[in-house]
Amino acid sequence: MEQLSNFFNGNYHLITIVILSIFLGIEVISRVPAVLHTPLMSGANAIHGVVIIGAIIVMGEARDGDYFSLILGFIAVVLGTLNVVGGFVVTDRMLEMFGKKKKK
Amino acid sequence: MEQIIEQYKDFLNTNSVLLLAYLIGSITFILGLKMLSHPETARKGNLIAAGGMILSIFGTIFLYKHKVEGSGDFAGLGNYIWIFAGLIIGTVLGTFAAKKVQMTAMPEMVSLFNGMGGACAMLISMIEYHNDLAPEMGKLVIIVLGMIIGTVSFAGSMIAWGKLNGRIKDKTIPGGQAINFILFAGIIILAIMVVGGFAPGSSHILFYGITALAALYGILFVMPIGGADMPVVISLLNSFTGVAAAFGGFLYSNPVMLTGGILVGSAGTILTILMCKAMNRSLKNVLIGSFGGQKAGAASGAKEQGNYKEISLNDTAVLMAYAQKVMIIPGYGLAVAQAQHTCHELEKVLNEKGVEVVYGIHPVAGRMPGHMNVLLAEADVPYEKLLEMEDANDQMAGTNVVLILGANDVVNPAAKEDPSSPIYGMPILEVEKAEHVIVNKRSMKPGYAGIENELFFRPKTSMLFGDAKKVLQALITELKSV
Repeated sequence: MEQLSNFFNGNYHLITIVILSIFLGIEVISRVPAVLHTPLMSGANAIHGVVIIGAIIVMGEARDGDYFSLILGFIAVVLGTLNVVGGFVVTDRMLEMFGKKKKK
Repeated sequence: MEQIIEQYKDFLNTNSVLLLAYLIGSITFILGLKMLSHPETARKGNLIAAGGMILSIFGTIFLYKHKVEGSGDFAGLGNYIWIFAGLIIGTVLGTFAAKKVQMTAMPEMVSLFNGMGGACAMLISMIEYHNDLAPEMGKLVIIVLGMIIGTVSFAGSMIAWGKLNGRIKDKTIPGGQAINFILFAGIIILAIMVVGGFAPGSSHILFYGITALAALYGILFVMPIGGADMPVVISLLNSFTGVAAAFGGFLYSNPVMLTGGILVGSAGTILTILMCKAMNRSLKNVLIGSFGGQKAGAASGAKEQGNYKEISLNDTAVLMAYAQKVMIIPGYGLAVAQAQHTCHELEKVLNEKGVEVVYGIHPVAGRMPGHMNVLLAEADVPYEKLLEMEDANDQMAGTNVVLILGANDVVNPAAKEDPSSPIYGMPILEVEKAEHVIVNKRSMKPGYAGIENELFFRPKTSMLFGDAKKVLQALITELKSV
């Protein structure tokens, strides 16, 4: 029980962030035309690439000679970057086509 | 848990500039998602979120400080060479892949990138587990959960990617659901053993055992799901990766990872449900895989086929040239043939002849929702000419000729008439309300859902076989000479 209340007290901010974010996520996209489902999915896909920050921290904290962390961390950074960059570029390419007809 | 609490306090005290960067990052993600859900602002929204991401990444690289073990000092991150090498390699490969990919292959690309994110979360958990010899229970729970979800997302996305590009065929595993349940239970039991420290000495073997089971679970989870449902599955896996990223946020008390991850987790779940609604199916229905699973039964269940009639190019051209209104219904066949520009040309030729041309767009035509809009927009087809399904059906009665270009399941009358059909209940474009229906297909093969289409044998329907692009080009030539 004490552990539980410690957890709550210590992580009060983080827990608040989580709960508010859940509602925000639902609110923000509750009315989307079907046309935008795919670009939206792709955009959200790019945003969860934020996991790369974890990879950067792991990599940056790894000590010399700790090849396990260095190598896996390096792969994680590459994969995370692929997720972020690829995700945003693909989304932009999809939306570029919507943009074109706007100018007409 | 104390470790994490301490870490969080340190973080608040030492990284105020970085926290500001993270705050801005979080705001751009929220704004970005919001703007992505409106057609006019979507592109800008994507760029804003990308800007926030760049800020957060570089903020982390240069400003992040961690406590040096054994002393009260803080140190910045090291290994810059490795980090930048990874960033550069990822950027080059990612940009290249994303720029090169054809419009038809967009969904599998998204799936692939999603898998990369999942794998990234998985690796982070592995490293943290490896490095922390005596982690606290709270931290361990976060590590294990992040690893499980990341792995499932990675393995599942890879299968979805393989299925969409045809490398992996649909397979129904007998007793698949039971196997999945056992796997799921096994993962939970092993996870409890690792977290609770019930197997001291061998927990790291158990840990990697969980990884293997989670990977297997991801594979078997996606395997039986029919190809037509893949967008829904990708969207679901997308929200999984979001949650995995959020666990990373907990691990490092990192607010931007937390908001980004949770936002995608919840928005992705809602989006998944919206996509299901567009197809008039429930998520449960999709996941159990009835679409793909019933394939064999559905194909044999099709009634004895009548005769279909073919129509010549010349007749088609005449029919269209003297029509008042033509509705074009594009499908995956158009995308495969890359015929969107030729299609737009046909539209212009018909317009010159005084024929009104509109497009009837089914929300799930192609391989993902909105696929056809993206494709036709690429060919400069004006937005107003793309009718959503309801409007298209309203205008069907006043349409003389419907030209179906490589679409199949979205015009299959079985969805309305045959309760035993796997697509029963899916809203379709009711093409039979129009005067003439001309179907362009490469062959009589069934569509992606593997279901026979009775429309082709109906009296109003005529078949025009051939590759969509070639047929359209020939049709334009014919039309000009009419």
